[in-house]
Amino acid sequence: MMFLRKQLPIILAFVIGLGLWLQAYIPHRTSSAGLTTFTQSWAVILAGCALLLGILSAVHHHWTKIKLRRQGFAYSIITLGAFVVTLVAGLSWWNWPGFGAAKMADGSLFTWIFDNVFTPLAATMFSLLAFFIASAAFRAFRARSFEATALLIAGCIVMLGRVPIGELIPLGGGHDLSDVAGWIMNVPNAAAQRAILVGVILSQVAISIRIIFGIERTYMGGSD
Amino acid sequence: MTEVTPIGQLLGVWIAAGLTLLIFSFIYKDNPAFKFAEALFLGVSLGYTAVNTYWNSIAPQVIRPLTPGVNFDAWVLLPVFLGLCIILRVIPSLSWLSRMAFAVYIAGYAGMAIPNEISGRLLPQVGSTMAPFTAATWYITPVILLGVFCTMMYFFFSLEHKGAVGRISRIGVVFVMISFGASFGYTVMARVSLLIGRMQFLFFDWLGLPN
Repeated sequence: MMFLRKQLPIILAFVIGLGLWLQAYIPHRTSSAGLTTFTQSWAVILAGCALLLGILSAVHHHWTKIKLRRQGFAYSIITLGAFVVTLVAGLSWWNWPGFGAAKMADGSLFTWIFDNVFTPLAATMFSLLAFFIASAAFRAFRARSFEATALLIAGCIVMLGRVPIGELIPLGGGHDLSDVAGWIMNVPNAAAQRAILVGVILSQVAISIRIIFGIERTYMGGSD
Repeated sequence: MTEVTPIGQLLGVWIAAGLTLLIFSFIYKDNPAFKFAEALFLGVSLGYTAVNTYWNSIAPQVIRPLTPGVNFDAWVLLPVFLGLCIILRVIPSLSWLSRMAFAVYIAGYAGMAIPNEISGRLLPQVGSTMAPFTAATWYITPVILLGVFCTMMYFFFSLEHKGAVGRISRIGVVFVMISFGASFGYTVMARVSLLIGRMQFLFFDWLGLPN
């Protein structure tokens, strides 16, 4: 039993990881077929099941909240109700009254829910952050040190330079503020992002090697 | 293309406008109307994810290959078994089975990442950083080279940041701060743009004000 619980996942990780690593150096159709099978079938199925697990977990959480009448359980009823309605609308193969299509097609109830409930809610929720990000900017953009001043100036130039008014602020030599904003985004910003990216890639390669050779086992969880 | 009835469209605009106002009520303070909209958003998001997962992953990759016919493929049973192992996490006594699936998924991507990340991202990035200096790019290439070197030095903790290393890493901090400032400004612009979009919807689509 211990073999199944502890050693088998490590052996699987080694075989699959090494196989998909080495296939990159083998220019043969069997090799590329293995990669295609993994990325287009296995990974899609596993990611789909992981998503279903997350949905099951959320539904279980709200169901328990309703069952135990915990504080705010009425909102959980709304969540589960909206979930069921959206699910039925998206999976049903018949046209609902007033709608000319079924499933996820244009003109279906599911698309109507997506366009008139999901999209406005998502866009407004994120637009709400404009107010809070403005107050955060007020606190963050204080020129207390040289570094904070650099952050303040870069932020202000990008904000002003990326709107139409930026093109109306001339800086001489035929350039305007939008050119400076573009330069900041494409040069110093790109340089810092590139350095961070190089660090991320090197770390990713290192952690991948650790996973394949069974040194990194956090994905297995802590308990038996 | 099939269309929704005019009543359905009108109802949709009113519902979208109502929900937009419910979310905006949070600007005043947290209130039951906002919480209602938030709960609705969560439910619809869960439903959308479930439907999307079914039609784009489960139906084409599981149902179709396992339906008797020309597309039948018994090999699919292997990832389906692993997928079921993931779902079995909800049963505590069988949750250890999900390790098999996670091992396959994570190690598979780890194996692919090593050659792909090095040849597809690391080397091109390093190559672009070390591009030759020309008269046309004198204000771009040297600054990028300096910025990348100094920023990497700032994140290099094997040497104490004193003396020359300290001075170089201080230049790196300036690059990082400019980058954070630019990213922050860009994020603000994106959020304000969304806000303008919602206001346009309320004024023009819902209230029908002349555009």
